[in-house]
Amino acid sequence: MLEILDVVKVGIADLNVVKAPERIRTSGLGSCVGLILYDQLRQIAGLAHIMLPDSTLGKIGSINDAKYADTAVKKLIKDVVTIGAKEYSLKAKIAGGAQMFQFQTSNDLMRIGPRNVEAIKEQLKLFHIPLVSEDVGGSSGRTIEFDPSTCDLVIKTVNQGTKTI
Amino acid sequence: MDYLSGITARHMDILKEIGNIGAGHSATALSKLLNKKIDMTVPDVKLVSFNELTEWLGGPEVVVASVFLRIEGDVPGSLFFVLAVEQAERFVKQLIADEDFSLKQPPFLEIGLSAFQELGNILTGSYLSSLSDLTKLDLYPSVPALSIDMFGAVISHGLIELSQVSDYAIIIDTAIKEEDQSENVSVKGHFFLLPDPESFDILFAALGVNSDA
Repeated sequence: MLEILDVVKVGIADLNVVKAPERIRTSGLGSCVGLILYDQLRQIAGLAHIMLPDSTLGKIGSINDAKYADTAVKKLIKDVVTIGAKEYSLKAKIAGGAQMFQFQTSNDLMRIGPRNVEAIKEQLKLFHIPLVSEDVGGSSGRTIEFDPSTCDLVIKTVNQGTKTI
Repeated sequence: MDYLSGITARHMDILKEIGNIGAGHSATALSKLLNKKIDMTVPDVKLVSFNELTEWLGGPEVVVASVFLRIEGDVPGSLFFVLAVEQAERFVKQLIADEDFSLKQPPFLEIGLSAFQELGNILTGSYLSSLSDLTKLDLYPSVPALSIDMFGAVISHGLIELSQVSDYAIIIDTAIKEEDQSENVSVKGHFFLLPDPESFDILFAALGVNSDA
């Protein structure tokens, strides 16, 4: 029988949640980090495509929660709990945080990838969410897809093929 | 969107002219380098959301060859020179006179990458020096860096500064193509200029237009 699987796409500085059999993906992660929060038992997952480490970097009043590590983690927890996940059983996987261009610079913003990764890990610790696996750093763009029924995170890069964490 | 609210159609025309002059000089430089006629499109200046921007060349997963540099000085911003991988390959083959050069699988031939980086250096350099001549502003480009990867991953690098103040970017896009290239290729050569938010007022003032005119 033919099974039609829906994949929910998450754009840059955005987040969304799914229930199995739906899957969730985001494309073209560079220095941005893709954060997956999932509840294995209830087969629910959320994905945030995070651009910046800290919402205090924001220079405007109204902020987009999904853009910053600190606000995105909070919002994603809230959203997966809303569709039935239990906060105590949440686990996390992350991928991204690459440095796409290598060059010497005094500008701290150019090292944004590693800073995003650190900020997300700090937030996860704060909420006592275990980080199960990660594929971060390097200098390659990544496209990631998570399947809440298997809890596999498939990572595709241009030159290193596909891997699952 | 605060910094964008004062921008009118007249300002957009000025940004178009910047793209026109910048890419015009670059196209001339490329034409001389390759000894080939290069066509240039009318610049496209748009206010786009980050997602629209990553969809610009056919989606965030399209693989492109790109040269990126930061502009410091009076008008900070990011400048990208983006080519389809096959087109970059063709240019490099001609520059280093090596028909075997390929960008399909790493490791890439060092001299080819170096040639592509130098090509990006020359083209972005002529873009910026014409911009500097036009505005009489001081622009200090960083050394260009090279990446062959997904478009979304590459272009998002130029959004870091902007993303702190906005979810939108003003992009000045000028496309170039070889004369014998068909019209419907998905990725032509593109110059993307993404000025930092604080640069717009300075640019407009230098060209004699107040940002709240």
